[in-house]
Amino acid sequence: MKTLKKKESFASRLLSSDGAVSILVVIMGFLVGTVLVALVGRNPLNMYKAILQSLTGYNIDNGKMNVRYIGETLNYTVPFVLCGLSMAFAARAGLFNIGGEGQYIVGLTVAQVIALLGPQVKGLHWILAILGAIIIGALWGGVVGLLKAKFEVSEVVSTIMLNYVALYLSRIVCLQLPGATTYKTANYPETALLNNALFQKLTNNSMLNNGFFLMVISLIVYWFIMEKTNLGFGLRATGFNKEAARCSGIPVVKSISISMAIAGAFAGLAGGIVALGSFRYGRVLAGMDNYGFNGIAVALVGNNTAIGTMLAGFLFGMLKNAQALMQGKQIPKEITFIIQGLIVVFIALRSAIALYLDWLNKRQLQKEVISK
Amino acid sequence: MSTLLRMIPSVLMIVSPILITAIGGMICEKSGVVNIALEGLMGLGACAAASAHVLMEATGMGTPSVWLALAIGAGVGLVFSIIHAVAAINFNADQTISGTGINLLADGVTIFVAQILFSADRTREFRMGMQTDKLGIYPTAYIALVVVILAWFVLYKLPFGMHLRACGEHPQAADSVGINVRKIRYIAVLTSGLLAGLAGGCIVLTQTIQYTSNTINGRGFIALAAVSFGRWRPVGVTFAAFLFGTAQAFSIIAVNFPALKALPTEVFNILPYVITLIALVLFSGKNFAPRANGQPFIKGAS
Repeated sequence: MKTLKKKESFASRLLSSDGAVSILVVIMGFLVGTVLVALVGRNPLNMYKAILQSLTGYNIDNGKMNVRYIGETLNYTVPFVLCGLSMAFAARAGLFNIGGEGQYIVGLTVAQVIALLGPQVKGLHWILAILGAIIIGALWGGVVGLLKAKFEVSEVVSTIMLNYVALYLSRIVCLQLPGATTYKTANYPETALLNNALFQKLTNNSMLNNGFFLMVISLIVYWFIMEKTNLGFGLRATGFNKEAARCSGIPVVKSISISMAIAGAFAGLAGGIVALGSFRYGRVLAGMDNYGFNGIAVALVGNNTAIGTMLAGFLFGMLKNAQALMQGKQIPKEITFIIQGLIVVFIALRSAIALYLDWLNKRQLQKEVISK
Repeated sequence: MSTLLRMIPSVLMIVSPILITAIGGMICEKSGVVNIALEGLMGLGACAAASAHVLMEATGMGTPSVWLALAIGAGVGLVFSIIHAVAAINFNADQTISGTGINLLADGVTIFVAQILFSADRTREFRMGMQTDKLGIYPTAYIALVVVILAWFVLYKLPFGMHLRACGEHPQAADSVGINVRKIRYIAVLTSGLLAGLAGGCIVLTQTIQYTSNTINGRGFIALAAVSFGRWRPVGVTFAAFLFGTAQAFSIIAVNFPALKALPTEVFNILPYVITLIALVLFSGKNFAPRANGQPFIKGAS
């Protein structure tokens, strides 16, 4: 009897730990993905070979090592982490930011504009472009917060609308840039690029760039605001219980606007870094890059914490980098999208765990009452 | 004037799938479940219909292939909406998260299937899509008309519709008079999946010759916008779908109008989203949404 009770409490303890559940969810996502690959007659082992190579640079088939893959994985990680922070920051204040994509796009667009038209001063040019991306992202997100706080417009609906407004506005603007064709603009001047000679040397000419530092700084800023400042406390309080926060004198309207603005700033920064770090020319977007949407998944897996978001972002970066390798091994690269989608679906289903624990508690209580 | 008249068939072609999806979304929200997965469900339906049509066309079955493909698209939409139903209704999950999950999943599943079936990141082109009638109008317009009338009739003229609306306004009250809230919400979510899948099929069979990752391109979200802009009423949603669909159509046919030629076509693409945003701000305070929209129903809780 006693051992049974212990077992139950272990299971319930495991299931009440957010971190453990996240890991479980990721494993389940991979498991279903693996089964799917096997079902369509491809070898799932190849998928894991590709992932291993994007993670360590080691090609298991020919025993060769290429550190460039590590650099690329880290480079892909940057926008995922930043868009994850964007979603997470809003989520902590009780908001659902599906607008990461739009904030990312406006950031990308402004960075491209400043890169092509801004003053070509060494050391200043790219900083200006990145700052522009952050500011426009903050404005784009802040509008949503304002609409929510002042007019009670659901942030879910308004962010979805603004994503597409951003996409088409971006096209209108970028088509006017110097040297614009239907899909790209002229090359950037050297001064706008984010590349880092040391990183390039270390990682065999990968695209890894100064954006990586900006990501690390962002993570620290996120952690600091959330855990160490009054602002963060107010935001979290608003997220837990809006009415209680209002009653204890926390300016809820301001909290909502500020949190959406900061969320937008993170996503805008991601756009700026991708624009200047991963490309040497401006892009005229035909569709979405989906970093913003995947940021939702990143934040959900990371439970809205800085560390969790970093790890989840790395996982997604690794998958993204593995895509080309998978395609070369007869695994459709879309399996990574499927795994990411499955992870989010499973996270939605994790509310079942709460129901299960509830039921478990009730049963135990019942037993105790009966035995008395 | 004649240019405008000649536009009608193409406007109808673009409006119909948006309208069909929006009516599905409206039914779903009327029952109290938000479905932002419409976009993904449309994609899944479109991909299924395109794949099925290509494969069946090759066997030489002719016209029935189009209709069968359409049915398959609707079926696939329905099947994937079960995920949303289980998450939202059985597990009290956050409906935005599970909708986002399905949207992400759809991005992967559709192209994955194309890669497996056709070894490309799109489905193979089919030779013959849906055919227009004597007036140059695609049958999808009539399908949309039937869907709208049927939805209106069921929602407002049948007891079932009243029960469904009650579930969206006050599920506890509905439950207390013996209405099975979960069952009704299930029916509503699956209907929205079916209609979104059907609409996806309509798009692919009338507007293009294959499914690519850009086929849907935000139309599911336009439908979602039409639901809230149309104030959750069949007539309003129909009007909104027409407004947004016409704006979409203009992005394609604006070249016919000298006065509009100077504008970038993207301006028309933006219109639906901007109009919805402005409408939401203007009508703020007056909430037209079903009161329990998006809230899980927990039996016994008040």
